[in-house]
Amino acid sequence: MAVERSPRADARPRQDLGDAPSARPPRKPFSWTWVGVAPFFVFAFLFLFLPSASIFFRSFESLDHRFTFQNILDLFQKSDIRNAYKLSLQISAATALGGAFFGFLLAYAVTIGGLPRAVRNFMLSFSGVASNFAGVPLAFAFVATMGNAGLVTRIIESTTGIDIHAGGFTIYNFWGLSIVYMYFQFPLMVLIMAPALDGLRREWREACENLGGSTWHYWRYVALPILAPTLLGTAILLFGNAFGAYATAYAFTGSFLNLVTIVIGAQIQGDVLYNPGLGNAMALGMIVIMSMVMSVYIWSQRRAARWVR
Amino acid sequence: MRRHPVWSWFWFILGILYFFIPLVSTLEFSLRMLKGRYTLEAYRVAFQDPRFYQSFGYSLLWAIVTIVISLLLVVPTAYWVQLKLPKARPYVEFVTLMPFVVPAVVLTFGLIRMYGRPPLVLTTTPAALIVGYVVLSLPYMYRSVDSGLRAVDIRTLTEAAQSLGANWGTILMDVIFPNLRVALLSGIFLTFAIVMGEFTFASLLSWPAFGPYIEEIGAMRAYTPQAVSLMSFLITWGSIMLIQWIGRGARGAQVQVGGAR
Repeated sequence: MAVERSPRADARPRQDLGDAPSARPPRKPFSWTWVGVAPFFVFAFLFLFLPSASIFFRSFESLDHRFTFQNILDLFQKSDIRNAYKLSLQISAATALGGAFFGFLLAYAVTIGGLPRAVRNFMLSFSGVASNFAGVPLAFAFVATMGNAGLVTRIIESTTGIDIHAGGFTIYNFWGLSIVYMYFQFPLMVLIMAPALDGLRREWREACENLGGSTWHYWRYVALPILAPTLLGTAILLFGNAFGAYATAYAFTGSFLNLVTIVIGAQIQGDVLYNPGLGNAMALGMIVIMSMVMSVYIWSQRRAARWVR
Repeated sequence: MRRHPVWSWFWFILGILYFFIPLVSTLEFSLRMLKGRYTLEAYRVAFQDPRFYQSFGYSLLWAIVTIVISLLLVVPTAYWVQLKLPKARPYVEFVTLMPFVVPAVVLTFGLIRMYGRPPLVLTTTPAALIVGYVVLSLPYMYRSVDSGLRAVDIRTLTEAAQSLGANWGTILMDVIFPNLRVALLSGIFLTFAIVMGEFTFASLLSWPAFGPYIEEIGAMRAYTPQAVSLMSFLITWGSIMLIQWIGRGARGAQVQVGGAR
């Protein structure tokens, strides 16, 4: 069969040189090779696409099953929902910025910061582990750290005499949860930034120095512009990472903090919004925000790839 | 900049403290069940609870089923895309990024709304849970398998096997899989680590699992939850360390991009 022969005959050059506009036969009406990936796409259609589509369509359904824009409007108009989004966005932004900043400095320290090789391997290895510590166990670890009877709480009390929990202070709030999120945020930054920093070539720095540039010039005009897409991409990935988190927040604060994921979780367990359509609209809002996050991430990855050999 | 690694040491030590203080605190906390001295009482209590073994067993079961289905779904697809259908790569990659776009809690919401009523009811069976876990594992599994396939010249291997008269079964089992061992094991252990500690799907779909169990005892007792949390960390730690150990020296050492949990 011609279909069988032609892709293999021209496959190697195509792989190496990109799509060569060679004398290929005109577009075939149907290629059996697509059947090989059918199970994968059927699965994705049934369990990713259909549920998402269902969320989309039901966002426009009123209580009496008519078409309405009210649910979407409610996302912006109802103060408790607006606040949930605000809080989720704030905590994601705070931990993404904090994680990116701290993670970058750590990655810098262990790659080109002049530390021994063993330190670098150690840090990267631990980052791989810590970026996967999340959810319920992480929440309990931080309760044991800075909760009422936590180790850090007691050490502070025994050394300075200050009970950090006195006077109604609680760790089960915005900043407490941010500290918990940071635990899996900055290791992810280390993991992604370390190879990027390794990719900075010595020649670039030398070229800069030969032209009379200082360290500041090098970072301002050479290194940071090259790293900028990776920095931005990873920061936005951290943002999405925090925005979609549910288990950690739920186990740490219960339902004290009204994050979007917590509200959606409550909506699943019992219609707390008294409006299924509004629940769908909230879920749709998350999908929209995460789509934007992933778009920026993919775009920045393409930009970053330019400088990678 | 190599003259003064003082700041490098400073940030490194700060990072190490951030890593270890919560872990040390958890360990210390878990040992304090009896007043005034350190004992393993919390661990004894944890191991006495039959629900500990039950939920652990369930999570183990979910993990194994998820891994099998995820492998069956991802390996042939990635292989086929690499070999015959490079055109499909962007679409497959798009699908494997989708679990980041649809967070677990949103996907659960969608699955319940979609498959909680006829024509196809899945929420009364563990199928919905497994489906969720497979979706969750897709990015990791695909990335592992795909980078493994890229690292070896799959096309030449396949053609060489074909010209020696091997059938597809022999090609896959005797030629492709042995070359993919590291990649497959990475995907398997990462999926294992993720499913063993997963909370969102199991809790919202009301199936017994290790993650919800830890959360539940956290609401009832002190000290034991920390003991069990530490065990959960050990599972994750062990899995990731295994991945790093079997992947040492392998080409294309990969970054594991974490998903929201």
